[in-house]
Parts: sequence; C-alpha cells; structure tokens
Amino acid sequence: MSTTFVALNRANYARRKGGSWIMAFLCTMAALLGIVLLGLILYTLLEKGIGGLALSVFTEPMRARGGGLANAMIGTLIQTGLGTLIGTPLGMAAGIYLAEVGRNGRFASVVRFVNDILLSAPSVLVGLFVYQIVVFPMHAFSGLAGSIALALLAMPVIARTTEDIMKLVPDSYREGSIALGARHSTTIGRVIVPAAFGGILTGILLAIARISGETAPLLFTSLGSYAWPTSLTQPMASLPIAIYKDAASPYPELTKLAWAGALIITFAVLLFNVVSRLSHHLVSRGGK
Amino acid sequence: MTAVPIAGSRRFHLGDAAFKAVLWLAAVIVLVTLGAILLNLGIAGRLAFQRFGIAFLWTDQWDPVRDLYGALAPIVGTLATSALALFLAWPIGFGIAYFLTETCPKSLRAPLGVAIELLAAIPSIVYGMWGFFVLSPVMSAAIQPWITTNAWLVWSIVIVLLYGMFAALLFSLLGRALIGYAAVIALGLASATAIGYLFINKTDLPPLPSEDNPLWWWFQGAPVGVGLFTAGIVLAIMILPSIAATSRDVLNTTPQLLKDGGYAMGATRWEVLTGIVIPAVRGSLFGAVFLGLGRALGETMAVTFVIGNANRLPTSFFDPTASIASIIANTFPETEPDTLKQGALLALGFVLFMISFAVLALARLLLRQGRMAA
Repeated sequence: MSTTFVALNRANYARRKGGSWIMAFLCTMAALLGIVLLGLILYTLLEKGIGGLALSVFTEPMRARGGGLANAMIGTLIQTGLGTLIGTPLGMAAGIYLAEVGRNGRFASVVRFVNDILLSAPSVLVGLFVYQIVVFPMHAFSGLAGSIALALLAMPVIARTTEDIMKLVPDSYREGSIALGARHSTTIGRVIVPAAFGGILTGILLAIARISGETAPLLFTSLGSYAWPTSLTQPMASLPIAIYKDAASPYPELTKLAWAGALIITFAVLLFNVVSRLSHHLVSRGGK
Repeated sequence: MTAVPIAGSRRFHLGDAAFKAVLWLAAVIVLVTLGAILLNLGIAGRLAFQRFGIAFLWTDQWDPVRDLYGALAPIVGTLATSALALFLAWPIGFGIAYFLTETCPKSLRAPLGVAIELLAAIPSIVYGMWGFFVLSPVMSAAIQPWITTNAWLVWSIVIVLLYGMFAALLFSLLGRALIGYAAVIALGLASATAIGYLFINKTDLPPLPSEDNPLWWWFQGAPVGVGLFTAGIVLAIMILPSIAATSRDVLNTTPQLLKDGGYAMGATRWEVLTGIVIPAVRGSLFGAVFLGLGRALGETMAVTFVIGNANRLPTSFFDPTASIASIIANTFPETEPDTLKQGALLALGFVLFMISFAVLALARLLLRQGRMAA
C-alpha cells in the first residue's frame, strides 16, 4: 500500500490545463480575427472616405455626374428629425405604459414581446408596409412616407429603453409620491420621468443613430432625388440612398462620393452612439 | 419584486384616466404595427398565392416576361446566406465573448466591449460597400480559385468543424452518458467516412462541375466574386459584433459565486466554462445566436451589394443568386402597382416576415427564459 498522499494527478492536471490553455488561445485568436476584420472595414472606410471628402460634398447637390451630397444630407436630417419627432412620443408612451401601468399583466407581456420582435424585424418590410399605406394611396413617393417608415423603426427602440430605464427608478420614489397624495399621472410625469430622463434621452439618441443609417426602408418610400428637399409630399433625397445609388454607378467620381458619404454617415452614427452613452451620465438626476 | 399600489386617489379623475388611455393607446399602436405589417403583406401578396397557389413557395421560376413567379430561389438564397453567416460568425462571436469575459486583461475589457457595441451600430450599407469594393475582388482573384482547386481539403475542414460543433451540441443535449458517447461516436464515423470518400475520389475528380459528385460540385463555378458565398461572409462579419455583444451579456449573467465554486474545486477556466457557465446560460446563448440569425435573414443592403442579384436557384456556393430582401430592394421600386409581379414581391415579403418572426420569437423566448433564471 502506498503511503504517499496524492492530492493531484499531475499528468492529468497538466493535460487539463493544457486543454484549457489551448481553448483560451483559440478564443483569443477568434477575438483577434474578428477585431482585425472589423478594423479592416473601418480602415477601408477611412482611407477611401477621406479621399472623397471635399468642400463641394457639403455644399453642392447631387448630380448625374460629380456634384455633392448636400441635398441628401439635408434630406436625411429632415426625415430622421421628423421620424424621431413621430416615433419618440409613441415609443415613450408605450415604454411608460409597460413600466408603470401594464407592468406584469398579460396585455403588457404581449406588447413587450411584440415590441422586442419589432426591434429587429427586417427594416425592408417596414418600407414595403409604408409603401402600401402611405405611398400607394397618395400616388407619390414622399419624404413624409420616409419619415413614417423611420418613425416605425425608432418607436420600438425608444419603448424598450424607456421601459428598461424606468424599471431602475426605485419603488420608494413611487411610494413617496403616492404618500403625498399624488395621482398616478402626476407620479409618472413629475417624479419618475424626470428621474429616468437621462436614460430616456439615451434611448432617443440610440434610435436616431439607428434610423439615420437605414437605407432599405427608404427605397420605396422617399425614393431619393437629385433636387433640394422642398416639400414633404415629393420624393426626397437621403444620404444612405445617395450612397447606394452612387456606389452602384460606373463613374469613379460617384464611387468616391459614395465612400465620402459612407464615412460621413458612419461618423454621425458613431457620434450619436457615443453621445448617448455620455448623456446617461451627464443628464441623470437622482434615481440610478 | 413587490407589487406597489399605484392608485393614488381612488376617485375617478378625468385627467388621470385620459393620461392612462393615451399610454394604453401607444401600447396598442405597437401591437397594431406588427399585426398591420403582417396582414398588409399577406393581403397584398394574395395575387401571387391566388395565381400560383401554395406551390408558389417551392417553384423555381422568376420570369417577368411570361409573368411567372416562384419563391424557391430567393427563399433558398435567404436561408443559405444566413446559415453560412451563422456557421462562420457564431464560433468567432462566442470566442470574442469568452475573451471579453474571461481571458482579456481587465483594463482592456471595457474599451473593447464598447468598441464591439459601436461596430454593431455601423450602418449595414457600409458592410455592403466593403464587400463589393474590397472583398469581392479578392474573392474572385484568390479565394474562390483556391477553394475550387482544393475543394476536397475545404470540405474536410468543414466536416471536421461541423463534427466538433455537433459533438459539443450532442454532449450538451444528451449529457456525458452512454447515449451521448454513442451519438458522438456514430457522428464521428459518418464524418470520417465522408472525408475518406473525398480523399479517395480526390484524384479521379474532373476539373469541371460533375453531377456525379455533389460535394465537389458545391465549390465549382466561375470566380465572379459576387454570389452566395461572398454574401454569407459579409453577413457573418456584419452580425459578428451583435452576436459577440449579446453572448458576452449572457455569459456575464452567471453569478461569480458559481464560477468561484468551480475554481475552488480545482477546475480549469475551460472546465468552468463548459461545466458551469454554459449549462447555466445555455438557453440564452442559443437566444443570442437566433437573434443574430434573425438579423441576417432580413438584412438588405449588405446582401444586395454582393449576392449577384440573379433570380435563380444557386447550383454552387459561388453562384450569383438572390435573397428575399435583395430581390425586393432591387425590383420593387420599378414594379407597377396591382400587377402580378408586385403581388409576388409582396408575397415574398410576407414569407420573409413569417420566417424572421418565427426565428426572432424563438430568440426572445430563449433570452427571456435566461433572464428569469439569472
């Protein structure tokens, strides 16, 4: 009988450690591969985009050859702005309903589930839907239709973030308000929404970032145009559509313009994302 | 969570009731939006279903001249590109998630995590442009010819990788018991047979497409650079950040106490992951993958640039073909209202909606289940 006490089978332990090390190494390599690939895309974007950036991109409208992207940028600003303006109250109200009124009820659960589905539903189908309900009856592609499509995409993002952030407001706030005799609407409007305001703003900014880069829902709604945006009932240019059209053109100067546009829209989207992260820390009052 | 009594005043108050009615209405609008999209596409697509019947779904034809339409090619294109993207992106995305939660130096964790989330926000058209202008030339000049001449090698690697994935899946579903080992060994024998078949036939294979050997044939075709394979790769890169970010969040929900227990027993990092973390969050991990799949299925711009836009069934991985989203993006703007062609496109939209609805619903159910357990 052996008298040595073996706490650990050394050979076995070395094998297990080796196996673990190999898997950790593979995962690190996978991470490296992913980051290199994504870095490559950003590098291409910067390299080709900066080459195409010129003052004329920001001052001249689109032309069949040459020109700039100024009308598309203004079109994107209008449609994103209007889309946010329509989508924000809807999304906020739905989010507040889920967090404060419906809570864990059956109806609220269904709405929450449907909202989560809408959050990642194919945006091209939202475009088709808006074509059917707005473009077809009005017999015209229009900036308004584009804005409505974008609003439908912004709504679930805002609803989700509003609900999430309002759930973080401590129940003691609600109890305190009720104890003072406040009505439910007063509690929500004067206590909970202000406490959660930073988070709600984050959601709105995230929604703006999401919809400003969307191309597919605008294809059959605002269509795109070479003209300056003057009316909401006519086709309206937008940056993503302009990029799509220019990238597909055989002319090198338009391809260059497409890369410049892609750089601008990516920069704007990333900027909104970063600001939305910061806003959470800057604007939050109370709560958590 | 304790329920909080939220009725301040018991008496009916008009302003309060109106306020709640407005909130309720917004919630109803969320419901109605989804229902209306579904109904609208279904009703608008009825033209195609009336004309071709349910066979519309599995007919391979797209002939605007003779006004004959079938959905098979775009459905196959959508499913194949998404499956390929998932096959490529899931292991890498999970690797990133594991790296970010376990092996990454603490000081890098936050910045890398934010970087991944920011990458997920880049508009998909940028990925499409990169695929078209950068990846596609490389594909046609170097990668596709290499794969075509080394099809047997590529197939062997794919089979080994698939075997590893399915073996892990079988073990996690059946457990490390006799039945688990039996299933994994049977799968191993099947894979080995397939690889052996490839090696034996390697020297006899003709350089051109041969209908006798479908495995070989899948990697044949003119190296045009755009097609199913390129679309799958671009999609994979596009959904990578979101799969990685969601998987990381899921891995992070495992309580540190459980992991510490594993380490205290002398388990290695990998053993803690496979023995403790993954069993605890298995459902949610599948949810993260399905969420990525849902994104890939409906993705339009990244695919439209690189899939080649040929409305026919692919006969190899390199064939230009179409997905539902790409065919809609390409042809819908120029179709006339109330025509059979537009009806067919709307019916395709309806099919896409049903597919992604099913996948996204499954993803959310799996993720929600995990959230409750956590």
